[in-house]
Amino acid sequence: MSEVLVLVDHIDGTVRSTTAELLTFARRLGEPAAVLLGSNSGAARETLRSYGADKIYVAENSQYDDFLVVPKAEALAHLVAAASPAAVLIASGGEGKEIAGRLAIKTGSGLITDAVDVQISDGELVTTQPVFAGDVTVRSIITRGVPIVTLKPNSVTPETQPGAGVEVALEVSLSQQATTARVSERRPRETTGRPELTEAAIVVAGGRGTGGDFAALEAFADSLGAAVGASRAVVDAGWYPHSLQIGQTGKTVSPQLYVAAGISGAIQHRAGMQTSKTIVAVNKDPESPIFEAVDFGVVGNLHDVLARAAELINARRS
Amino acid sequence: MKIAVCVKYVPDSSGPRTFSSDLTVDRSGDGMLSELDEYAVEEALRIRDEAGDVEVVIVTVGPDDARAAITRALQMGADAGVHVVDDAIHGSDSVGTSLVLAKVLQQQAADIVLCGMASTDGSMGVVPAMLAERLGLPQVTLASEVTIDGATVRVRRDGDSAVEVVEASMPLVLSVTDQCNEPRYPSFKAIMAAKKKPVSTLGLADLAISPDEVGLRAAWTRVVSYEERPARTAGQIVTDEGGSGADQLVEFLSARRLI
Ligand SMILES: Cc1cc2nc3c(=O)[nH]c(=O)nc-3n(C[C@H](O)[C@H](O)[C@H](O)COP(=O)(O)OP(=O)(O)OC[C@H]3O[C@@H](n4cnc5c(N)ncnc54)[C@H](O)[C@@H]3O)c2cc1C
Ligand SMILES: Nc1ncnc2c1ncn2[C@@H]1O[C@H](COP(=O)(O)O)[C@@H](O)[C@H]1O
Repeated sequence: MSEVLVLVDHIDGTVRSTTAELLTFARRLGEPAAVLLGSNSGAARETLRSYGADKIYVAENSQYDDFLVVPKAEALAHLVAAASPAAVLIASGGEGKEIAGRLAIKTGSGLITDAVDVQISDGELVTTQPVFAGDVTVRSIITRGVPIVTLKPNSVTPETQPGAGVEVALEVSLSQQATTARVSERRPRETTGRPELTEAAIVVAGGRGTGGDFAALEAFADSLGAAVGASRAVVDAGWYPHSLQIGQTGKTVSPQLYVAAGISGAIQHRAGMQTSKTIVAVNKDPESPIFEAVDFGVVGNLHDVLARAAELINARRS
Repeated sequence: MKIAVCVKYVPDSSGPRTFSSDLTVDRSGDGMLSELDEYAVEEALRIRDEAGDVEVVIVTVGPDDARAAITRALQMGADAGVHVVDDAIHGSDSVGTSLVLAKVLQQQAADIVLCGMASTDGSMGVVPAMLAERLGLPQVTLASEVTIDGATVRVRRDGDSAVEVVEASMPLVLSVTDQCNEPRYPSFKAIMAAKKKPVSTLGLADLAISPDEVGLRAAWTRVVSYEERPARTAGQIVTDEGGSGADQLVEFLSARRLI
């Protein structure tokens, strides 16, 4: 069996759950080989083994953190040439897709972005990805080179399965080109104390209809242990940061439950949440298009409905 | 200074979008300048407004109708356009598109190649990185804020887990998000003025690209099938009366084992 390269997404050794998903996918395709780049990655190794990494390529080098995208693409290109992997899996996201794009050109390989599934079918690697704001699902194959696939978060439930996790030191001589775009400052996002938006099982999102008052919405979210998100109208108003925006130009989420409160359901918003398993909306306008996309809808004032629902849920819990 | 802005002509996202029989995006309906590329055009115009001596050239690869995307950008205020149109390009993926764009951009020799964050039809968001790779230029991409300081471009990039400040020297590839600015609406005067602006049309031969390097058959991926997402069975809608809405909501969540 060939190796399947998985680019590890970590911050100082804390592995994002998307990486555990990629390792879970990789096990279907071959022998998972994690590629661990950047500083302070020590703590990541145990996690990678527990999700089945047979091999861990390690390059402890701050250049992977200090320069944008290119060093990581070069390291992967080096491994594609050296290890002839069956596939390269990368988490979808701004940086992940850019790394994948450059790698595709460098290695002459086909690239599929934003897949939600990858499988071997009749000996061929087949990907599944939503297009047109989630209205259509497409299955594709890669016809040239080493398949490069970026996968969306929340596409598979990560499964633990111990792997050998043999560490292999990775020495890549980076080109001059790799160090032309310098990251001169990096401020980690403030944690909200709530689950990560793209990884959460439940997401409660607020729109312009909140009027900027998120008390009831946040109380409801906390009663469910949910992440909180927002429409662009909320971000444009400055009520929530852009990192919490859901939609075409924000995050794509696909949780078990999505609750849209005071959101009208514009196509650009639906693009980011349409593949959620169960969709609920609270909106005071019975004609609101969001109701066309829901499993359950409440016509009413979101502040009243969510505040009371939070109380009911908390009462059931205690 | 010269800025080349890459813009795409896309099917209108408010209408239904589908595939043609050859499994490429159906482009027969009404199209438009990709909304996300308006931010790139606007950013170029802002740089010009501030720096003065700047030429803004619009570059698009697409069918005859794609001329409309250039026209719109000229109406916004860009100076000139280049339209690459060739039957052989039909069905190109981002690899083919970036190959064609790279050849045009080599001819243009711009100080800044400006792109949108993603096209609203394909939404892969990979062409800018591919262009930087092909052209051997620094990439400062997904910028939410741009500052020009002499030959240095400094941007704020809202990454997945951190906010980053990234900088590089011109010439370079820059892509901007919809957080960057507010695209202007063309005035009547600007619409009239756009009619006199030069637009050149190029084919593959002008770019020394062979027809079998691009298009559907040269693509490195292939769609094997597609399926419309089954319409959601109409949901249950209730009206809140004195708290009944919350009660029914909690009942629903409980029945679905979500609490
Ligand atoms: C290029 C482009 C990209 C975009 N990207 C995104 C994106 O990524 N994400 C995104 O969300 N949008 C995006 N948009 C914007 C999108 O088109 C909509 O404008 C936006 O989603 C509207 O936000 P909203 O639903 O919160 O506000 P509105 O459309 O104003 O809806 C507010 C809703 O709240 C309801 N309401 C009001 N008061 C109450 C109350 N007290 N209780 C209950 N309901 C109430 C109203 O009935 C209404 O339905 C994009 C647009 C463009 C052009
Ligand atoms: N056919 C095209 N012609 C010109 N520019 C394009 C074309 N396709 C993509 N681009 C540019 O690349 C960006 C990202 O596109 P994509 O990778 O297709 O999502 C767009 O916002 C445009 O700036």
